[in-house]
Amino acid sequence: MSPRCHPSLYWNTHSCPTPSGLSPEKTEPLTVPRGASPCHIPTSRLQGGWHLGPRSILVALHDDLKEMLDSNKDSLKLEAMKRIVAMIARGKNASDLFPAVVKNVACKNIEVKKLVYVYLVRYAEEQQDLALLSISTFQRGLKDPNQLIRASALRVLSSIRVPIIVPIMMLAIKEAASDMSPYVRKTAAHAIPKLYSLDSDQKDQLIEVIEKLLADKTTLVAGSVVMAFEEVCPERIDLIHKNYRKLCNLLIDVEEWGQVVIINMLTRYARTQFLSPNQNVKDTKDAKAEAASLAKRKPYVMDPDHRLLLRNTKPLLQSRNAAVVMAVAQLYFHLAPKAEVGVIAKALVRLLRSHSEVQYVVLQNVATMSIKRRGMFEPYLKSFYIRSTDPTQIKILKLEVLTNLANETNISTILREFQTYIRSMDKDFVAATIQAIGRCATNIGKVRDTCLNGLVQLLSNRDELVVAESVVVIKKLLQMQPAQHSEIIKHMAKLTDNIQVPMARASILWLIGEYCEHVPKIAPDVLRKMAKSFTNEEDIVKLQVINLAAKLYLTNSKQSKLLTQYVLNLAKYDQNYDIRDRARFIRQLIVPTEKSGALNKYAKKLFLAQKPAPILESSFKDRDHFQLGSLSHLLNAKAVGYQELPDWPDEAPDPSVRNVEVRGTPRREKRKEKVEKPFYSDSEGESGPTESADSGESHHGGASSRGHHGGVWGRGHHAGDIPLHWESGSSSSSGTSSSSSEEEDEEEEEEGSGEQSEEKEGEEEEEKRKKRKEKGGLRKASPGSCPLCSSRGLPRPLSPMGWAWWPMLSCGPWQLLSPAFGAVRTYELLHRMAGEGLSVEYCFSRRPFPGDPHMVAVQIQISNNTDAEVKSLRVSEPKLLAGMRIQEFPEIGNGSLAPGDTASVVMGIDFCDSTQAANFQLCTHTRHFYVSIQPPVGELMAPVFMSENEFRKEQGEFSQIHLCQAREERAGQGVRTSLRIQRCPGTELSGDGRGQD
Amino acid sequence: MIHSLFLINCSGDIFLEKHWKSVVSQSVCDYFFEAQEKAVDVENVPPVISTPHHYLISIYRDKIFFVSVIQTEVPPLFVIEFLHRVADTFQDYFGECSETAIKDNVVIVYELLEEMLDNGFPLATESNILKELIKPPTILRSVVNSITGSSNVGDTLPTGQLSNIPWRRAGVKYTNNEAYFDVIEEIDAIIDKSGSTVFAEIQGVIDSCIKLSGMPDLSLSFMNPRLLDDVSFHPCIRFKRWESERVLSFIPPDGNFRLISYRVSSQNLVAIPVYVKHLISFKENSSSGRFDVTIGPKQNMGKTVEGVVMTVHMPKAVLNMNLTATQGSYTFDPVTKVLTWDVGKITPQKLPNLKGIVNLQSGAPKPEENPSLNIQFKIQQLAISGLKVNRLDMYGEKYKPFKGVKYITKAGKFQVRT
Repeated sequence: MSPRCHPSLYWNTHSCPTPSGLSPEKTEPLTVPRGASPCHIPTSRLQGGWHLGPRSILVALHDDLKEMLDSNKDSLKLEAMKRIVAMIARGKNASDLFPAVVKNVACKNIEVKKLVYVYLVRYAEEQQDLALLSISTFQRGLKDPNQLIRASALRVLSSIRVPIIVPIMMLAIKEAASDMSPYVRKTAAHAIPKLYSLDSDQKDQLIEVIEKLLADKTTLVAGSVVMAFEEVCPERIDLIHKNYRKLCNLLIDVEEWGQVVIINMLTRYARTQFLSPNQNVKDTKDAKAEAASLAKRKPYVMDPDHRLLLRNTKPLLQSRNAAVVMAVAQLYFHLAPKAEVGVIAKALVRLLRSHSEVQYVVLQNVATMSIKRRGMFEPYLKSFYIRSTDPTQIKILKLEVLTNLANETNISTILREFQTYIRSMDKDFVAATIQAIGRCATNIGKVRDTCLNGLVQLLSNRDELVVAESVVVIKKLLQMQPAQHSEIIKHMAKLTDNIQVPMARASILWLIGEYCEHVPKIAPDVLRKMAKSFTNEEDIVKLQVINLAAKLYLTNSKQSKLLTQYVLNLAKYDQNYDIRDRARFIRQLIVPTEKSGALNKYAKKLFLAQKPAPILESSFKDRDHFQLGSLSHLLNAKAVGYQELPDWPDEAPDPSVRNVEVRGTPRREKRKEKVEKPFYSDSEGESGPTESADSGESHHGGASSRGHHGGVWGRGHHAGDIPLHWESGSSSSSGTSSSSSEEEDEEEEEEGSGEQSEEKEGEEEEEKRKKRKEKGGLRKASPGSCPLCSSRGLPRPLSPMGWAWWPMLSCGPWQLLSPAFGAVRTYELLHRMAGEGLSVEYCFSRRPFPGDPHMVAVQIQISNNTDAEVKSLRVSEPKLLAGMRIQEFPEIGNGSLAPGDTASVVMGIDFCDSTQAANFQLCTHTRHFYVSIQPPVGELMAPVFMSENEFRKEQGEFSQIHLCQAREERAGQGVRTSLRIQRCPGTELSGDGRGQD
Repeated sequence: MIHSLFLINCSGDIFLEKHWKSVVSQSVCDYFFEAQEKAVDVENVPPVISTPHHYLISIYRDKIFFVSVIQTEVPPLFVIEFLHRVADTFQDYFGECSETAIKDNVVIVYELLEEMLDNGFPLATESNILKELIKPPTILRSVVNSITGSSNVGDTLPTGQLSNIPWRRAGVKYTNNEAYFDVIEEIDAIIDKSGSTVFAEIQGVIDSCIKLSGMPDLSLSFMNPRLLDDVSFHPCIRFKRWESERVLSFIPPDGNFRLISYRVSSQNLVAIPVYVKHLISFKENSSSGRFDVTIGPKQNMGKTVEGVVMTVHMPKAVLNMNLTATQGSYTFDPVTKVLTWDVGKITPQKLPNLKGIVNLQSGAPKPEENPSLNIQFKIQQLAISGLKVNRLDMYGEKYKPFKGVKYITKAGKFQVRT
């Protein structure tokens, strides 16, 4: 390549960087060598650029960059942009190019455009006026039909930190938040914190957007919006209520970074909304004090929502992302019942194989956890053994964990391990090991003597640091039982001749002073030596010399009186005022003079009082008041923006707030009952010993409780993803229920997958569904009891085609049985208070609704407790999901309800096999009340009769359903199940191809 | 979240900076340099440093410090994991994550960082998506680019970002459809002086190289899945399927990726494939010592132990070593005091031995501790835990892929105390 065509050569030489270097290119554009275009050039040129020093040259260079940017050739522009970006990367100032660069914001070449964006975002803050020139381009981009372009326009627009465009950003965000594309909505969520940091006055408006996006059902948005929530309004926990269950269910399919943020947020949420699962355990500890309150308190039953969170996060322990694993681990540590926390140990130990930075953070957290829950990590003791190749900071943390884990049974193994560590070449580590031995010795009385002997042997170690550390630790140990160890004290007294480390010298002196009565001959001699070297000692040693002198003066004044005077005199003229003060104070105290007051008499008591032995504690003690895994925990100090982990509430806040339904409908009573009833699907839904906490209650429930559990799921399990069957009260035996619940588990696993995924209904799916429909007729049946049909559904609009085959099925080949009731449950539709005297209750009569077999009959009981007549009671403005229908009840009697009267009407609702609530208004002549009816799953099914053979046949086909189901779900499609009165195709969609089936 | 990122080389030059929010001055790195100085050793620089206005979270990879600046509370692992992901991406793109590679490709690096974080929150970290957005540089492409003047920014829109399977590129096509799985097991062990095992466990990974067209749906099953005690998965794996059937069912990403990593349950006794006989002693009051190490095979299931390398960090007092090796070659670096013995293959007939004299600094006290021996080795065609892949099935596509499984056992953190 000829130099004239290769400007970089000029730049490298620093000699003539004038624009003329470019002139050949300008004049003969055609001769520009191909080699001069993008990819080839950066290396040589950029490096050339980096070595440029003088400012003048830079300016000159910028001139030719400007020319390149102004040219009409994309390749030149691109090259210029690449060099500019390289300058930015290097931290060089390129702001004077702003006007030249910003012109290219609308460039067609996509790479130039991207690099211009990079530049713009970097410098817009400094050149606000000029940056405004680019805004219109982005505004145009926001309207583009392509979602990716809309998203990228919003992204850049919101990244430009220019306060003047705040209103434009706000508008753009609002618009994007209701965009059709989830990707654009995700970008909107990302833009929220950007705008908030630019102008925090927008908070209220932004919260509205956040609220809207929180309701979004796609996994793509979930992580980002929770991130925005955490940055803008973490205190608005009330926004989470309605989305709590959805977030729990989506969690596994959210991208990993979002998972971390959501889990951390839900940890905080759960702390405010649920009761401590360990409260019973605590009570037994100080039984007497709590006995009274325990009697009053109801036995603890975990809120199903609490359980839902624990269950849905557990699989994430298997994530490849250490941050996700840590987030789940801290969630379990803070929220799970004691018996279940153990599951996290294995995953945390696994992280110890990762990069050393990950190890560092994980070990810090393990250290904190191991203090509280030692048993959890004991099986993994050996995983914390130290290798000579570990970095020192890791070694010290492992040592901390090992020490925390030490107990009577494993102490001998641990001490043997420590013995190898003491011989390590890494002296800091050896010092830490000695400290650790000291802690083991104080905590476990059995090995105290062994440890002490070992440490005394270390006193003859060649390394001074080791000796010094041993002295300090021995001092602490001796304080526990000084009398037996005067030999050791003597031995240590000898060390004062050699050992130079101030802390160790000070410790020895203190020890001799404190126990001078045990070593009466040696103590004055030590003081004599120290008096000699007093002036050369370090401050802490000097203080201890004074102490020693004072104590000797009190116990053995004959030998030490003069020495003490001498030392005090030296101290009087010391440079350090602490020492001068101390000397003056002690002289007044011990040397009786006329002036000295009453204290003098007590000098001996003051100095030689029994001192409690120090307790050697882990520095990680009590760190768990910080949320584990957080930056604050790691630093052991509150970081900026740290959200305190709240304490458990004493009384559980109203759990019904999480019900997904029209707001303001009081449904408390119903909910309360549920809490009290054991919910066996919950406890059996998971296998393994971890369930011990509530499995106790879960079995005694018996038939009567079973009648209700449908209700538990009914409350807004919008996904309907967990099949339940309706057991007809007394007729079910416990055997049946357990076997069927196993099935349930299986199914749950298979079908729990993302109902959130986009619905793609292809024709072939439809076909498959049809094929299965016959089989689907009996999805679930418990042997021995009356066969049941289960139903499922989704709150998803369905094409009418989807349920065309239903009528045929609803009659089925089987005979419908008459319903059986354990106990009729009534639910409250409108509370007396909310209804201003009008109270409405409803129950499911379990009878076919006359006229329309698709509808569930709902019996409604209306009582007028007001003192006026209630007229023209009617249903109006039903807000229903697509497919749902309501058959209103006929007008009551003569159209009015007299005060004190009660009327009963029947209405029919086609729930479409969904457990979503039917919302409507109940109107009187004066008022409108928003109410909603939500069916428990069980109420959507019908009991049918079939012979055992029939049953087996169906069951056989059933297993095939499982197989084909698993496959089809992957392909992203619906699973059809069965039905009773209702005939809406249960669409179970899981098109995202991953996760949970 | 992540405010800024600085890349710093070993000599303390900040050679790249990127800001996702307002610009943070380079001077914030002074706190990092201070900590670095204090730590002496690079690996002892604390990953989290608190400064008056910021927090610095750093990782050390391939002789580069990735220092990120944080302003508010964030889980430290979140940042650390992300920084490692950045380093992995560089590795993936440039073949190495070195200062020169980054400087040579500074524009691509910048474009990558721009895509990976938005306002400090991770946006696209899957390598399949990134490669759609920004094409990795290859020699061929740079030639083509220089001729045609085209760029390395993909002009197709990254549809992968929108899909439910964000880890897989759309429209993958290969003429030869292949799926390879490497089952790699590493033995972590601490062997004490007398040769007994203090601690041993097997950690394994399955690395995959999948070059399959379209949207294949694979399921991989094992003969003995119960061996796997603790498993972590690539996000593509369907967790429930594993829970219920112990089958790995997934739609794979395109290219190389780590499918799972696992630990073999600790109940199983770990077969230790090599033994080491050692005699290392330093004489009191003399400036020499003896060194004699023999390595032999043990429990290797009839396979050859190869690629054996021993590294020893000798005590500081050691000046030099005069050794003779019956096999392979050794080097001793008198500055770092590291002895490396490259043994190669072990033949049971003639055991490799390294023997000789250690020269100590005269006058210095004799080293207290004998050094630990770190051993590396490799055994081909053997998974030491006995794990066996049963079969690989493919659904969703019509063609017949070529399938391959390779087993290999390596030494992980394998240390012999002496």
